[in-house]
Order: sequence, then structure tokens, then C-alpha cells
Amino acid sequence: MAELLQFVFSGLTVGAIYALVALGFTLIYKASDIINFAQGEFVMLGGMMTVFGAQAGLPLPVAALLAVILTTAVGLALHRFAVAPARGATPVALIMITIGASIFLRGVAQIVFDKRFHSLPSLFGGDPIKFGGAAILPQSLVVLASATIIVVVLWLFIDRTMLGKAVIATAANRLAARLIGVDTRSIVDFSFAVSAAIGAIAGILITPIALTSYDAGTLLALKGFAAAMLGGIGSAPGAVVGGLLIGMIEAMSAGYFSSNYKDAVAFLIILVVLIFIPQGLFGRAKVERV
Amino acid sequence: MRTLRRVTVTAAIGLAVLLSAGQLASAQIKIGSVLSVTGPASFLGDPEKRTLEIYVEEINAKGGVNGQKLQLIVYDDGGSADNARTFATRLIEEDKIFAMVGGSTTGATMAMIPAFEEAKIPFISLAGAIQIVEPVRSWVFKTPHTDKMACEKIFADLKTRKLTTIAMISGTDAFGKSMRDQCVAVAPKAGITIAIEESYGPRDSDMTPQLTNIKNKAGVQAVVNPGFGQGPAIVTRNYRQLAITLPLYQSHGVASKQFIELAGPAAEGVRLPAAALLIADKLPANDPQKAVVVNYSKTYQQKTGQAVSTFGGHAYDGLMILVQAMQRAKSADKAKVRDEIEKTKGYIGTGGIVNMKPTDHMGLDLSAFHMLEIKGGDWTLVPGT
Repeated sequence: MAELLQFVFSGLTVGAIYALVALGFTLIYKASDIINFAQGEFVMLGGMMTVFGAQAGLPLPVAALLAVILTTAVGLALHRFAVAPARGATPVALIMITIGASIFLRGVAQIVFDKRFHSLPSLFGGDPIKFGGAAILPQSLVVLASATIIVVVLWLFIDRTMLGKAVIATAANRLAARLIGVDTRSIVDFSFAVSAAIGAIAGILITPIALTSYDAGTLLALKGFAAAMLGGIGSAPGAVVGGLLIGMIEAMSAGYFSSNYKDAVAFLIILVVLIFIPQGLFGRAKVERV
Repeated sequence: MRTLRRVTVTAAIGLAVLLSAGQLASAQIKIGSVLSVTGPASFLGDPEKRTLEIYVEEINAKGGVNGQKLQLIVYDDGGSADNARTFATRLIEEDKIFAMVGGSTTGATMAMIPAFEEAKIPFISLAGAIQIVEPVRSWVFKTPHTDKMACEKIFADLKTRKLTTIAMISGTDAFGKSMRDQCVAVAPKAGITIAIEESYGPRDSDMTPQLTNIKNKAGVQAVVNPGFGQGPAIVTRNYRQLAITLPLYQSHGVASKQFIELAGPAAEGVRLPAAALLIADKLPANDPQKAVVVNYSKTYQQKTGQAVSTFGGHAYDGLMILVQAMQRAKSADKAKVRDEIEKTKGYIGTGGIVNMKPTDHMGLDLSAFHMLEIKGGDWTLVPGT
């Protein structure tokens, strides 16, 4: 029993990390149909900037805030200078641009920061919480709680504010949205900025558990993307459920089956799910109106 | 007066021209190198390149080798074995080098070996794997210790603590895999039983399921973690999170201050094998390597402003073994220098004391490693190792 509980705790820890990263994909996708593969780099930038800010002598909260602001600026810049000039290009071309941006950001981080691994102190200390013979780090719960808060805030925003409606309108039909007076360019700008901020927050919160380095973003983005797909891309609760599900599958297969094949098991299940429910668990099937 | 001055000036210029011409005439000895200065293995190639540059300059300032200056030619393979092979051919055919010190990774080294074997050029590799010198190839040598030695060192320490049944949790990265294979291979000979084996991906952020299985396995007396990068730090943290009390051994792959920083208080009591270079200040004064490692650390830190790594030390050893062999050979004959490298005896380097043999082109034994224990956030030497 204690064994199962420990696997569940591990699944929650890893799953919460994936969920937090996956959340970053949703808003940009919602507003512009682009899957932003530089999302992992936002996560890395959040973590690395906080580490280096703290090293430069800034108090941790200030360093973290600065990291979020700067990463948001990077997100805005990505849209303004790389994605927006190519508007009208196919989504595939735009996705390519984000992959290019991710390689570029990684290269810059390697020079501006360094190539070493870094950690940050946990919010509530490093002593594990013992429960039923198993142990979980308080930081894992922080990550989980933050993912939940972000989901609720996103939902309130999309469903309850005019700006949120404008995002949906932009996604549904850009031309029509512009005709009714929505400044679509600003809307997409905004979605990139907020996604970058979510990424940066994720990076700051997961660094105490997962550590960070200039190239930490690639794999995080891959797992986060898988989580977002599984949950239904564009759906915030889906991203969280997808992330937790993948984390849980990985932990269970590592614990009960074989640690060598845990990634394979996770991706196999994702494949199976996507074959039968292509829109993901929480995604809405796209209806093409002719 | 004026004419005299003119004559002096002319003479001086003439002399300078003559001198520089003379310098040009005495041919330089070309030392080639292919290193992974950029790319994923740059943590190897970067300190290696800096080290070679620092010491070639120093040797030249002291008059070179056998009256001839050294010329260093470095190419960057960017971590790709394909590129390494191309540059090896360029070094041989265009630059016509005398000897080669380089090859940051095992992949690059293995790709370059056929070229240097065929051209009959001495090749001192800076890469880790045992395959480079096993089987012995006549022109190929290497300076770094091997993963197999690290396993043997850990197992020897386990034996002195009377621990014989272990669990292994290894990274699935190249380093972790290679060391795991070596450990599994030498375990029976060392009288060690591996009761359970687990693995983790190099970027995993939680290893508690694997460690839970190890914790629940009856009879395990110690845990060994071959791995590189962030994985071992997370394993160590999770190990304490689960309150496992068995002795934990890490590998030489994480023998840096960074590991202690990342693992934090969880690193207390962790043991690992490491080269003398990392603990230069901790070595007793009568240690034969003390002077060499202290000097190298000081020089490297002064010239680059960075902390030493064992990798730069491998390049130092490679260059010095070559230079000393050239001095003993007293000629620029490649075959004679090769023979002299093979006869290297009692060379005290940063990586250990090198005694090469026709059957052993590395020449290190287990004394190259020191067993360390982390206490109070710093390394301490385990007595008797």
C-alpha cells in the first residue's frame, strides 16, 4: 500500500510539472491555432533568469518577478518579430518558426547564462511530507496548486471577460473578428505574452524539483505537448488532466513494470488514445461549416 | 655621428630580419588536435582546448622541444564523430602533423583511429572508454581513467566495508549506460552481487518509484548510481526523501562542486571515486601528485578564470606525455616517439601515475582514483584510499 502511495506521489510530482508546462500551450493555440514549440524555452528562461537574478544578489521574489516580466517580453518579441511578420503563412510554417525560435533561444541562453545545471530553493523547505509510509516534497503540492489556480484564472478570463471572448473570436475567424472591431493583432500579442508568463512561472516553480539548464526546455516541451494533446489541445483543464495522466502512467510503469520502458509505455498510451479520440480527452471536435 | 646612427639602425634591422628568417627556417613541430569545443560535449572540449593552448605557449616560451617550437592546430568537431573523421584526414594530409593529442569523446576517437593508424602518427586520445586501448593498437594511447576503474574502485571500497549485495540505479544516457555495463561486467570478479537494477532517463525529475523498489528489495546493502548531469543529484534528493539509510555511491561523472550544490544537504555521506585534480587542496603534502595538480589548477584558474575540470587535466597529461617522449627520443621520428610514449614510466600527471606497457596504452591503476565522502558540504578523503 505504501508502495502504491509512493508511486502515486511520484506521478503527482512529475504530472504536475507536465501539466504546468502543458498549460502554456493552450492560450496561444486558442488564439492563433499555432503550437508554440518555443514554450519549453519560456519555461527554461523563467528558471534560469531567476537563478541568475538571485546569484546577482536580488532577493528571490524580485528575481522571480523580473524573470516573469522579461520572459513575457521575450514572448511578445517572438510574436512581433518572428510570427506576426509571417502572418498568412500556413500553420505548419508558423510552427517551424517557433521551432527555429526555440533553437535560437537555447543558443542565446547557453552564451548569456552558462551550460551548467542550476537549482532554486523550495518555497516551503526541502523536508518531505510523510503520509502513509510514503513521502512527497511540499514543492510538488505547490506546483499542483499553481496549475489548478492557473486553470481557474484562465477559465474565468476566457469565459467571463470581453478580452477572453475576443480571444475566442480571433481563433474562430480572424477576419470576422476584425470586422466587429477586435484588434486581432493585439489579441495574439496578448496570448503570446500570457503564455510566456505561464511558462516562466512554471519554470520558476519546477526548478526546485527538476533542476534547470539552458537545454531543459526541449524535453519539457515535448512532454508538455504530449500532455496537452492527450487532454485536448486548447483546453486548460485538459492540459492538467493530460499532464497528471502521463505522470501517473510513467510512475506506475516505472514502479510495477520496468523503469527502462516507462517513457515507451507513456507514449504508447498517448498514441492509442489519440487514435480513438483524436481531439483528446477534453477537446471539442472541430466542426467545419461549409 | 649621423652616419654611425644610420649604420647602427641598418645593422639592427638587418639582424632582426636575419633572426626572424632563422626562426622561420627552423621548422615547427605541428601538434594536431580535434576537440568538441562547441556542441553538447563542449564541457569536455572547451577546457581541453584552453589547456593545450596555455601549455603549448608555455613550452614555446621556454624554448620549445629539442630546440624546435610547437605549433598547435585545433579543429572543432562540434561533438560529431563524422566531423572528427574529416578533420583527422585534414590534419594528416594538409597540415602534415607530427602527432595528435585530442578526441574529446569516445565516438570521435573511434572514428579517427583508423586514419592515424594508417598514417602511422602517434595519437593520444582524451576520451574515456576502454575500447580505445582494448585491444591495443600500436599508435593509439589514452590519458583518462576508465569507467571500469571507477566500478572497481567503488567495489573495492564496498569490500572493505563488508558490503557485498548492492542495487544499481543508472542513467540511460551514454555515460550511465557505459559505466553500468562495465560495473555489471566486473561485479562477479569483485565478489559483488547486484540484487536489483533500475534506470532513469537523463531528464527525469523524480526517481522515487525506482528507489521505492530498491528500498523494498530484501538484502540490499548499498546503492550505486552510475550517471551524469542532473540525474544523480535528483536520485540523491529522492534517496533522502524516502529516508533510505543504505550507503549511496555516486560515480566520478558527478565529481564536481556542482553536484554538492544541486543535491544540497541530501549529499551528506555520499561516497564517490574521483581523480586527484578535484581535491588538489585536500591531498596530503606527501602525495606524489600534489605538486602537479596544485600547479595545474593554479595555472588554469589564473589564465582562464574558470574552475579546473578533470577533462582539461586529461589534455595536460596527453601533451606532457607526448613532449617528454619527444625529449627522450631526441628526434623528430614518429616511430621513435611512439616507442618512447609506450615506454612512459612513472609520469606523474593530473590523472594519476602513468606506467605504460606494450600491452597497456593507458598505464593507470586504481590509485588514480581517490574515494571521497561528502561531509559538511565538502569533499573529504576516505582514509586508506
